[in-house]
Amino acid sequence: MTPVPETGPAAAAPDDVLAVRNLGVTVGGRKLVEDVDFTIRAGERVGLIGESGSGKSLTALSVMGLLPEGLRASGSVRLAGVDHDLVGADEARMSRVRGKEIAMVFQEPMTALNPTMRVGRQIAEVLLIHRTRPDRASARAAAVELLAQVGLPDPEAAAHAYPHQFSGGQRQRVVLAIALANDPALLVCDEPTTALDVTVQARVLDLVVRGVQERRSAMLFITHDLAVVATVCERVMVMYGGRLVESGPVQEVFTRPRHRYTQGLIGASDLTVVDDRGRLATIPGSVPAAGRFPAGCVFRNRCEHATDGCATRPDWVPTGPDSGYACFHPAPDGAPGTGTPTNQEAGRG
Amino acid sequence: MAEQPTSTPLAPGPGTGPVDAISVRDVTRVYRRPRTSLRHASPPVHALRGVSFAIPQGQRFGIVGESGCGKSTLLRILAGLDRPTGGSVAIDGRDITGLRERQLKFVRERLQLVFQDPMSSLDPRMRVGDIVAEPLAAQRQGNRRERVAELLEAVGLRADAADRYPHQFSGGQRQRISIARALAPRPKIIVADEPVSALDVSVRAQVLNLIADLVDELSLTLVFVSHDLSVVRHVCDRVAVMHAGQIVETGSTEQVYEDPQHSYTRRLIAAVPTLGKALSGVSAADLNRE
Repeated sequence: MTPVPETGPAAAAPDDVLAVRNLGVTVGGRKLVEDVDFTIRAGERVGLIGESGSGKSLTALSVMGLLPEGLRASGSVRLAGVDHDLVGADEARMSRVRGKEIAMVFQEPMTALNPTMRVGRQIAEVLLIHRTRPDRASARAAAVELLAQVGLPDPEAAAHAYPHQFSGGQRQRVVLAIALANDPALLVCDEPTTALDVTVQARVLDLVVRGVQERRSAMLFITHDLAVVATVCERVMVMYGGRLVESGPVQEVFTRPRHRYTQGLIGASDLTVVDDRGRLATIPGSVPAAGRFPAGCVFRNRCEHATDGCATRPDWVPTGPDSGYACFHPAPDGAPGTGTPTNQEAGRG
Repeated sequence: MAEQPTSTPLAPGPGTGPVDAISVRDVTRVYRRPRTSLRHASPPVHALRGVSFAIPQGQRFGIVGESGCGKSTLLRILAGLDRPTGGSVAIDGRDITGLRERQLKFVRERLQLVFQDPMSSLDPRMRVGDIVAEPLAAQRQGNRRERVAELLEAVGLRADAADRYPHQFSGGQRQRISIARALAPRPKIIVADEPVSALDVSVRAQVLNLIADLVDELSLTLVFVSHDLSVVRHVCDRVAVMHAGQIVETGSTEQVYEDPQHSYTRRLIAAVPTLGKALSGVSAADLNRE
């Protein structure tokens, strides 16, 4: 069951599960993630979208304390029910949190599973380590029950099998069973269905959503796929160049984007709209390598609305409790999400 | 667009005219897996089970299917990299099924491949100029420098790209290099295997536009393989849906998407998440329902 969040300095509101404040990630002197701020409440499903190098996976890894060697996180990550900050917490403390309060599902299920251990034991292990089941027998029974919950046919036999005996989609379901075993307060999914076929993806997404709904867990769902986020999440945050550039309810962000990057991304991903020459809308240029984005507005070297003023960093413009954008020349409120140019020339100079 | 009868004229086709660019007739491919038991041989894998279709010159033909459906096996056979167990394949009217490697030279000139992962399909130790020129060297064509510059320009890269290495380019640019290499020997048929699946969304549209432009300008025949139905719908005129080694449905893309006949095609289309569907309230449970 979802633990009742403790009220204290950690949780600002009683329902907050995850509070990320001013999160940054650096390597050497290079900033890979900067000033990331967001909150996820119990039962909320929040998507984090971005392209390669946007910092979305580093944000997730910082939350879980799994940043690779050499990368340093700063700022604050607080989780309900945990009495210390997750940023800077040592491995001993983090290993008590991971798999219990926070659980995760990664893109590649084969590397997340131990190839030499039967899957039933791998699920039972997470229950025994965190002492959420009193003994082996009850942990084993719970493991079979979890395999049934993620829809594996014949869960008894599945518990006895090794990971290589499963297909990719089935393996991802086993990973999900492990992640959900201790009813985590927060489930982090990093591209969980990117490697899967469409029909299998539909199955796994359905199970993920049902799993967090039943437990009233908060979810942070990371992907580059706009359609998947819109299907699975209620709220979305758009990341580019290591910063959040826009966030808000899915309906709002995807139908009335304000940031020019969001607008371009929606236009470029829509393969049903072409211009009179049969061409798709595009964003010029390519995504710079991580840490090589321009100063000021990170999108300005690819933005057709950019002016000299964009060399300074745009402030976050809040448009609601969980929504806002950071852009000097936002799309007018109510504009459709296509790359159609608008009368922004007035702001030039 | 009426389908050509799948007869294979033996006359060496000049490349234009009524001869189909690719004609595949009743192709089967059976693999034997390595033994796992001392007493029993492993059961054979039927990767392709009687696949037939014809692609007229200049058509953009899509092949969709999920992993394990046989689409990669089919591609390898089309490119002359693998041999079918049964049936026949003709490129420009010439049967390639019984030919030796040396006799396949015309296939290498007429048909070129673009692969999914532009990192693993480009040699990291070769300069881009040499990568693009390699098919020309293999076919002993002259004037390579000029041709390379021309090709790089055609795919939207600067001429000085020729002196750099693949790792100095982004994913989208690397895919442009792969396309330039494929175009080098002036092929008439391009077979693209998931060419945009590994690309960022903002770059995918650029590469799709580039492919469409080149196919138009050079009047190429395009075989486009993808698991992504929305990409195939945008790119192709006709589509074949593969499942378990067979083509379960084929037709014009609009017709197959608007009015799918086979239950597998319907399931496949229903499972694809789209922004439009999601914003009108289709949930993950709905995608999984069909």
